[in-house]
Amino acid sequence: MSDFPRWKYALVALVMLFGIIYALPNAFPPVPAVQVTANRDAPPINQAVQQKVQAALAAKKIAVTEVFVEGDHLLATFANSDVQKSGLDEIKAALGDGYTVAFKLQSNVPGWLGAIGARAMPLGLDLQGGVHFLMQVDQKDAIEKQENSYADDIRSLLRQKNIRYESVTRNAAGGQGIAVILRSADDRKTASDAIANEYTDLNVVDGASTGDRFVLNVVIKSEKLRELSRGAITQNLGTLRNRINALGVSEPLIQQQGDSRIVVELAGVQDPAEAKKLIGAVATLQYRPGIGQPGDARAVEAARTGNIPPDANLYYMRGDNRPVLVSKQIIVTGNQLVDASSGIDQQSGTPKVDVTLNAAGAKKMGDFTNANVGKPMAVLYVEQVYETKVVDGKEVRVPKVTETVINDATIQSPFSKQFQTTGLSSAKEASELALLLKGGALAAPMDIVEESVIGASLGQDNIDKGFKAVMLGLALVLLAAAIYYKLFGLVADIALFFNLVILVAVMSLIGVTLTMPGVAGIVLTLGMAIDANVLICERIREELRNGSSPHAAIRAGYEKAWSTILDANVTHLIAALALTTMGTGAIKGFGVTLMIGILTSLFTSVTLTHAFTAAIHGHRKLKTLSV
Amino acid sequence: MEIFNHDSNINFLGMRKYSIAIAIFLMVASIGLLTFKGLNYGLDFTGGVSMIVDYGQSVEISEVRSALEKGGIDNAMVQSMGGTREVSIRLQPKDDPGAVDASGKFNLDRIAADVIKVLQVARPDAKLKSRDFVSAQVGQELRSDGTVAAVFVILGIMFYLWIRFERRFAIAAVITEVHDTLVTLGILALVQREFDMTVLASVLAVIGYSINDKVVVFDRIRELFRLARKAEPEEILNRSINNTLSRTIITSLFTGITMGALYFYGGTAVHGFAVTMLIGIVVGTLSSIFVASPILLWLGVSKKDLMPVTKENPELARRP
Repeated sequence: MSDFPRWKYALVALVMLFGIIYALPNAFPPVPAVQVTANRDAPPINQAVQQKVQAALAAKKIAVTEVFVEGDHLLATFANSDVQKSGLDEIKAALGDGYTVAFKLQSNVPGWLGAIGARAMPLGLDLQGGVHFLMQVDQKDAIEKQENSYADDIRSLLRQKNIRYESVTRNAAGGQGIAVILRSADDRKTASDAIANEYTDLNVVDGASTGDRFVLNVVIKSEKLRELSRGAITQNLGTLRNRINALGVSEPLIQQQGDSRIVVELAGVQDPAEAKKLIGAVATLQYRPGIGQPGDARAVEAARTGNIPPDANLYYMRGDNRPVLVSKQIIVTGNQLVDASSGIDQQSGTPKVDVTLNAAGAKKMGDFTNANVGKPMAVLYVEQVYETKVVDGKEVRVPKVTETVINDATIQSPFSKQFQTTGLSSAKEASELALLLKGGALAAPMDIVEESVIGASLGQDNIDKGFKAVMLGLALVLLAAAIYYKLFGLVADIALFFNLVILVAVMSLIGVTLTMPGVAGIVLTLGMAIDANVLICERIREELRNGSSPHAAIRAGYEKAWSTILDANVTHLIAALALTTMGTGAIKGFGVTLMIGILTSLFTSVTLTHAFTAAIHGHRKLKTLSV
Repeated sequence: MEIFNHDSNINFLGMRKYSIAIAIFLMVASIGLLTFKGLNYGLDFTGGVSMIVDYGQSVEISEVRSALEKGGIDNAMVQSMGGTREVSIRLQPKDDPGAVDASGKFNLDRIAADVIKVLQVARPDAKLKSRDFVSAQVGQELRSDGTVAAVFVILGIMFYLWIRFERRFAIAAVITEVHDTLVTLGILALVQREFDMTVLASVLAVIGYSINDKVVVFDRIRELFRLARKAEPEEILNRSINNTLSRTIITSLFTGITMGALYFYGGTAVHGFAVTMLIGIVVGTLSSIFVASPILLWLGVSKKDLMPVTKENPELARRP
């Protein structure tokens, strides 16, 4: 007289199978390896290189598991990371400069598992190490940007107050202030007062005057400068956190070092190049009024003669390289964005980025498009990259800004807050741009000055001890449950084991990075998961004491305990959910572990044990229960 | 096998004057400890000094670690960099008395020199390559995120309990919750246990653990109120605590066993986590028994308030 429906047995069996398969990849830990690739002018990887590597390792008696050629690269696998490091040093020395020798974690997971999307959990910085970047923040750039924006503000202030001026220009060297040139001493006096009143962060000093040029020197106050430098670092740190979170690397380390440097450490990153591209990238969009059409006579003329109108810049269209004139006035920039997502434009079938502006940006955009329907607007893609150049025999890294117009179209109707931008060359570029825009702009460009592979931050002995303690703790709980609740305790033990399996499976599938605190979180989850079984068993005992028959006791036990289990777990889930909203890696990962654990334990502790209990007791006449 | 007498009938509510007095005292003492003594924040929160040390010959990480510990520098983070001859060391220079100058700033060179001296005792080929300050790994935003998270937890739990139970249950749960968190933090401040990210995660886990515990007792209170014909609140609350006592203690024991194993055998990496959790389990269990229900009684819980909900959601209660 089993009251347990058949489809639930099937569900339980399916979930157990799913758990086992998707948790399985974790049983094949990746092996530490060294990867050798040939540089452009070196002879390609072949048997000769392989023999050279083998000989070099044998000469130093470094135990290598396997050396083999795979496609265009050579892999040497080692027993542990210490040997791997010695191996790398030797291989580097033996092969010389023609080859790139790098650490790699060679996956050991059988192919069929990989084919169904099963993969092992990546290990965190504390357990396995990762890549380390040190980045220099170019704070001068942030100051220059601020000076430019002050120069714009001063221009519009003077226009607004009807003060005639000759020019407002930023002095070439950053941080040296802005020179305002006026036509008369009176104008200078009023301008000086107006600027000083409006912008309290600026120092205004009269400069040397010649003839009818009355100079006003405007300098940003030193405390404001310091604040700007500090702000640049803080904003860059925040942006980096956003970008790295978007990259999906959990539990990264992002710290300020010294006054102008930022350390980033990413765990389990196999391909540092990909990560590097994203964290160092300075790409943004600018929306500006267009002047004429791309490739029209004026633009071609300007490109040919170099005579560019004073209020315009000459750029080239991405793709066909037609010259285009664009106004210097910026309507909005990527900084005024609150959200961006990429997709494919339904009408043209080209990649697009959907953009949502903040209130200030939306107002500016609305004002502009309202007044300029039928006129062109250009979208400028601004990217800053660092290039290595040789100056006086020394390698220096210099920033290089590339600006291309990706889109120059007529405004069909006014828009403000949300709109889309097309003209990107590929879906990949669109998604990368959306990621960069969403992560926020960097206040100042950064250059990676140091890059290396780092080992685990916890010692191997600590890692071993941690895992041993986890096993011991679990074994003790399993034992205690079996002793205290006998047969029902054993069923609970099975549930607990499958809870671990399913939890690991789900975490692997989502790609949660495993760290030592994460391991502690798993143990905690399991320790608490047994609570549901304690509740059920206590209920069944109570029902038996109250004179229920064994079958009735089981049914009543599960029924009555369910509402308690549900309430307790929902409230617990709320607490875990809050942890996941905290931006910081370690805590977020812990929260995710806890959350998944609560959900899996609801299933294993209740449905799975019920299935087992029903299967064991279902069709027999019972006098007593072993609980 | 049973450890606890299922017929136990301890008058927990009778002790409510004392238990509430003790709870209030513990809370006040914890606030005092947190204000005047403060938490012993770790490297994650305070930042410190980062050094890169070069060795002439290859070196094992454990070698560096033990050399530092021998020299009295605990809690340093040692990692290999690139090859086998370069290590990165991050530490909080509070163990070095001469490290902080009069203006409260770290003396970078002094700290670096001290550390190198310690390392050279074991390995004379250790050489300083670079040293610098590092900021806290978690900045201001964690503090604000933390506050948001705490408010979210409190409101979320209150909302849920308000709907599923009743207003008084929601308030009692949240007050007890605040008590548990404060006392756990207070004990950490008292023993000056290093407070790092792992411990913070553990403190937040204590919140989840303790609410779990309270809800089980509350659930029984609701059930007994609905069943009882003549419901004397004090008696119902007492019976509820006694009925769930075995479960409360067994669950605490089971969770405690796992954390105990981590604490005694888990090594330094999980020490902080386990000890915080152990403190939280003890505090949470005691407050489930002694604090939550008296507050409920004091707020004036009654049978009448709990009845209408019964009809509303029969479906949820029936599910297995």
